[in-house]
Amino acid sequence: MNTLWEFLSMSDANVRYVTLGSILLAASSAVVGCFTVLRKRALVGDAVAHAVLPGVCLAFMLTGEKNQLILLLGSFLTGWLSLVVIDFITAKSRIKEDTAIGLVLSVFFGVGILFLTSIQHSGNENQSGLDKFLFGSAAALVGQDLVTFGIVAVLLLLSVVLLYKEFKLISFDVAYARTIGLPVRGLELLLTTLTVLAVVVGIQSVGVVLMSAMLITPAAAARFWTDRLGVMVVIAAAMSAFCGAAGAFVSYTAPAMPTGPWIVMLLSLLAIFSFVLAPKTGLAARLLLQRKVRRQMMRENILKTLFLLGEAQDNYSHSYSNKQIRDRRELPLLRMKEGLLVLRRQGLVTKSSQGWALTDAGKKEAQRVVRLHRLWELYLTQYLQVASDHVHEDAESIEHVLTPELERRLEELLDYPTQDPHQTIIPQQP
Amino acid sequence: MNLDAFWIIMTGSLVAISSGLLGCFLILRRMAMVGDAISHAVLPGIVLAFLFSGTREVWSMLFGAAALGVVCTFLIEFFHKKARVPADASIGVTFTWLFALGIILITVYAGQVDLDQDCVLYGEIAYVPLDTWITESGLSLGPRTVWMMAGVTLVILAFITLFYRQLYLTSFDPAFAAAIGISTSLWYYLLMGAVSLTTVASFESVGAILVVALMVGPAATAYLLTDQLKVMLILSAVFGVVASFAGYYLALWLDGSVAGAISVIIGLEFLLAFVFSPTHGLVSRRRHLVVTTPQPASA
Amino acid sequence: MIQHVTDPVLEVHDLTVSYQRKPVLWDVDLTLPHKSLVGVIGPNGAGKSTLIKAIMGLLPLNSGYVQLFGKSLDEIRKKVSYVPQRESVDWDFPASALDVAMMGTYGQLGLFSRPGAKQKQQALEALEKVGMQDFANRQISQLSGGQQQRVFLARALAQDADLYLMDEPFAGVDIATETAIIELLRQMREAGKTVVVVHHDLQSAQDYFDWVILLNMRLVASGPTAETLTPALLEKTYGGRLTELSRVSELLHKKNFPIREKKPVRP
Repeated sequence: MNTLWEFLSMSDANVRYVTLGSILLAASSAVVGCFTVLRKRALVGDAVAHAVLPGVCLAFMLTGEKNQLILLLGSFLTGWLSLVVIDFITAKSRIKEDTAIGLVLSVFFGVGILFLTSIQHSGNENQSGLDKFLFGSAAALVGQDLVTFGIVAVLLLLSVVLLYKEFKLISFDVAYARTIGLPVRGLELLLTTLTVLAVVVGIQSVGVVLMSAMLITPAAAARFWTDRLGVMVVIAAAMSAFCGAAGAFVSYTAPAMPTGPWIVMLLSLLAIFSFVLAPKTGLAARLLLQRKVRRQMMRENILKTLFLLGEAQDNYSHSYSNKQIRDRRELPLLRMKEGLLVLRRQGLVTKSSQGWALTDAGKKEAQRVVRLHRLWELYLTQYLQVASDHVHEDAESIEHVLTPELERRLEELLDYPTQDPHQTIIPQQP
Repeated sequence: MNLDAFWIIMTGSLVAISSGLLGCFLILRRMAMVGDAISHAVLPGIVLAFLFSGTREVWSMLFGAAALGVVCTFLIEFFHKKARVPADASIGVTFTWLFALGIILITVYAGQVDLDQDCVLYGEIAYVPLDTWITESGLSLGPRTVWMMAGVTLVILAFITLFYRQLYLTSFDPAFAAAIGISTSLWYYLLMGAVSLTTVASFESVGAILVVALMVGPAATAYLLTDQLKVMLILSAVFGVVASFAGYYLALWLDGSVAGAISVIIGLEFLLAFVFSPTHGLVSRRRHLVVTTPQPASA
Repeated sequence: MIQHVTDPVLEVHDLTVSYQRKPVLWDVDLTLPHKSLVGVIGPNGAGKSTLIKAIMGLLPLNSGYVQLFGKSLDEIRKKVSYVPQRESVDWDFPASALDVAMMGTYGQLGLFSRPGAKQKQQALEALEKVGMQDFANRQISQLSGGQQQRVFLARALAQDADLYLMDEPFAGVDIATETAIIELLRQMREAGKTVVVVHHDLQSAQDYFDWVILLNMRLVASGPTAETLTPALLEKTYGGRLTELSRVSELLHKKNFPIREKKPVRP
């Protein structure tokens, strides 16, 4: 607990730099990342990240010193160039985009590695620290880096805020954006530039490989929590900032731990958590909904079976045992018992020593389902020309999904029928 | 050429052959980036294999780590199909996550695992000749890596020659393949397994990213030069081998990483084909355009 | 108007198929006679290709089953041939016309065996039948749309099946190719084969087919062309979707509803 407090107080200047730096970096790349992911260009960021390396090395080889600004400029240029090359290759040959990305990424990186190792072997003492572009070293952030990060972050955020609606449109529908006269080329160029900028700056703290995660992962995760772009951008930035701080905290408590990989690890876990547990769109939510639907279907099937048993004897208040119900219709016993208990709680069935019977409310509900079943059967025979001995199975599932509105439409369409295709009476609405 | 150079070039060529062959199928299926993802994602597998096997027990390590490559493809599919994450984002999320896991594991078990971070990215092919395989009678059989790579290359060669038909058909027209009863997902996962195996085996010598260069580069170059899959496979392997040779001497000249130099050569090979390919190059396309445009299109 | 035949080549029984949990084809029930040229006709999005793919086992079925020659697909796969839509593959693929035609023979070969002279002969004969023998070694991307379609047909012919299912073989081909293809299909029918063709041109359907299936999310009609291609039935097919059916499809999709309570069982 104490460590956490110490960390949060940020009394140590180094902690301050690392934490603030990580937060700024993470949040700004997440913001840009949202647009790249929505434009289905997620992996392009990966190429840029790898292409930064030769730029850094070239800048160093030309100037012989490690001037932060010049290195950034160099990396910016090659990062940019890589994107141009990818576009050029895909436009001018039969090579597909994924191949072009993979090729450019690895060849640019290879050039970078060749330069880097060559510099390292040359004995120039200035070179130490160039390799932090490879793996990044958030822990080595200093005050000056923070200023650079700050400027870039502000620049990115400002562009996104100012051009929000334009970016939104070109991410959603480029063709339409063009028809209403937006300068699409220019906007795409700007968005690309912003991506390169985010990558170039971010790479010093998380490294070549993991940089693409800073762009893609928060955006992919945020998408699961909202359907609105604005909210998505904010959520992505917030998640990223949190993971940035948490990553810094991890390496604060265990100095041997690398900050970058921890940030990515936390982000990925958060993303997987989102994929699985996000309300409505998450995997679990969809599975739960499915289970709920199945249970609902089971209960409606029980009611229906009781109703059909009653219909045969024209006595709906009679009680039936589990066995009698299951003789009429094969239902899994455990699930059925479970369903009956719920139905009793809802006041739709009652239990006596002879078994289960429909209450008035239960009968009404059962009648509704049976009615929908028979209406649908009739609809299938009349409008789909399905033979009357084939319609039952279909109606068995559709009866559970029809809404009152559709029910009315069907009635109207079928001219308020009284009999289904098997000449059984369609129970009328009570 | 001294013996060390021979072994290094040999290793490079073996890596180039197996990845070049598989790369052809990857790019034809538009799955180059899945190959890239696998090459990163096997890292935790390698670390764990090191840990569990204790020693550098080659085959257990190979298969342990290769399994993770298949897990990676499975996760990508799962996130995409079941959780409905967009395809490219699903690739990006999965491989960075597994790679981060690998790096963290390396840090945690720094004492027990003899792997350093740089090696992960670009390997150290220059060290290959140092680790020789010496039999009990004291006979030196040459570098261990060469033997392992030779084994893997044989496996890949056998896989592709024996199942050429299945791989060809499922890559070209999966619907037709399924219609005549060839399981597309079986061959998909087998191919990914082969890619994982190659990546893992090449890891120490060329690293995660440069194996991608060897997979995608020569295959893409060959794709610009021929219209026959068999020729494309052969060309791809040949370009890889040429790049290993030339790369070695380039690295010697610049005193830099051999793996880096190999990918530079691969880049140059592609550039040449991209500009000068007689059928699909920039120059011939331009000439082609000039010649054919005035004529009416014939059926 | 759905006519059934006895001893059918193809029997589709109570078939419901969905894409991403959204039914696109409801309760289709039909039988096709031997030695016929069958057109599958309907508006865009009517489920024509879906029907073919479902018959070929390429899509999971929500209900019902398909029988070919009275057997299930797996027992009889070699006697059935499928021609996918031309756009479904990458024509930049490094393959020649002969390579593609050879693929038709792959079904006869075992796991490890490789195609030999016999298979090559079959493929060449198939190319000759579609008039592509002179282009055998031509790369497929250098062929025109019509020629590519002919190569696809050659692949199916090389399979030497008894039932052919073709997805839009006339899409984007020139008139000469269309005539050549239909002539070929007629010859195949004379040779005792049954050919099912997804088609979108009403005008030519009258001449081409002797049996017609009209689809629009459900089966509207299936029967001999003369009795089926009537203005009344066409009006039913093309007169818009059945609103209720579309609405229920939407509901099933949105609420993640199981389309059938039970999984279909093959007989």
